[in-house]
Amino acid sequence: MVLFFVLIASLFPLAIGPAPEVLLRIAPGVIWVTALLAVLLSLERLFLADFEDGTLELLALAPAPLSVMVLAKCLAHWLTTGLPVILAAPVIALLYGLDGGAFAPLVGAMLLGTPSLSLVGAIGAALTLGARRGGVLVPLLVLPLYVPMLIFGVLAVDAALAGQPSRPHLLLLGALLLAALPLAPLAAAAALRQAVE
Amino acid sequence: MTLFEGRDLSCIRGERHVFAGLGFALADGGALLLHGPNGSGKSSLLRLMAGLLEPARGVLAWGGRPVSDDPEGHRARLRYLGPLDAVKPVLSTAENLTFWASAQGVTQEGVTQEGVRQEGVRQAGVAGALARVGLTRLADVPARLLSAGQRRRLALARLFLAPAELWLLDEPTVGLDEDSIARLQAGLADHRRGGGRVVVATHGTLDLPGADRLELTAFAPPGDAGLEPW
Repeated sequence: MVLFFVLIASLFPLAIGPAPEVLLRIAPGVIWVTALLAVLLSLERLFLADFEDGTLELLALAPAPLSVMVLAKCLAHWLTTGLPVILAAPVIALLYGLDGGAFAPLVGAMLLGTPSLSLVGAIGAALTLGARRGGVLVPLLVLPLYVPMLIFGVLAVDAALAGQPSRPHLLLLGALLLAALPLAPLAAAAALRQAVE
Repeated sequence: MTLFEGRDLSCIRGERHVFAGLGFALADGGALLLHGPNGSGKSSLLRLMAGLLEPARGVLAWGGRPVSDDPEGHRARLRYLGPLDAVKPVLSTAENLTFWASAQGVTQEGVTQEGVRQEGVRQAGVAGALARVGLTRLADVPARLLSAGQRRRLALARLFLAPAELWLLDEPTVGLDEDSIARLQAGLADHRRGGGRVVVATHGTLDLPGADRLELTAFAPPGDAGLEPW
């Protein structure tokens, strides 16, 4: 996933050419879109293996609420995709010539934004269980819901590049995360109950 | 004496009636054998009893109170063995079982408790359950190396992690050798002696003394004449 992120993000400078001002202009957007795709790539597997081998049924029957299990799954998903992408961000920032001033908002925005991507993605992954072409459906369902995270994530970095405060955008990302944190596991758990019925 | 009973249960799957008007009653230590041809709704009835499916009509009650009033309490007292083994290939046999011991909140008393002794008790429960199904020797082997029958035994071992009031077993004997069936039978006898109830759907030979039989037929209710029964 990280490798995918680094590879795709490093293709843009090669394809567009090394003009620093152009690269700096597209950097926030490219980084965020690539991170989004990296997260999306692994979403389908979030519940699929458990659904196919019967684990999901047993988890649905376990005494612990299913939503708590979903939350744990999201945390694991973020630790294996979101966090590595954040750790790889310095490399990408170097490629695009993002300086120290814009780098902190980028990492901050990703820290606040990528958990929301995992949480919202879990809803899509749960809803598409049992569908024949689930892998195609997940991006269709989830990408529109990713737009707020994308917009504010990019704006936070853009604002820093333009010398404006990125705090409002970071706050909005935090608000999105706070909303997704309780709501997404509940929605995903409801979808999972439908799937194991 | 608490009774686990179902009254006038109907199940509809994909706009077809699987069964309708089914009733049963199961007392402490009782056993119910579901019998019927493929597609007569044995698995559906078990999933309905587990609460994975909602009955289209009818009531499922525990001690006179509808199960739907307290789904979490119902989940806590049952163990469901489905047709799938839910075995993770990368974990070892013992690790697979330890995961389920923690997911079910198993302690020696079979209730969810937080305590310092919990880890030790859990390990003892896992070792005991592995011994019951004869997998002690394979405790540290990755589950991907187990044969189909051994995976089935690992799935069965979950039943023995802690006492539960109700076992719902869907074709438990698939892939088992004679020795394992005998072990399962002994486990079933112990479970019932302790007051546990069991509902089994099987085409195999499983000796359940004093078990009630529930006959399910390939069912087409009147008025559904246009629909082929399952």
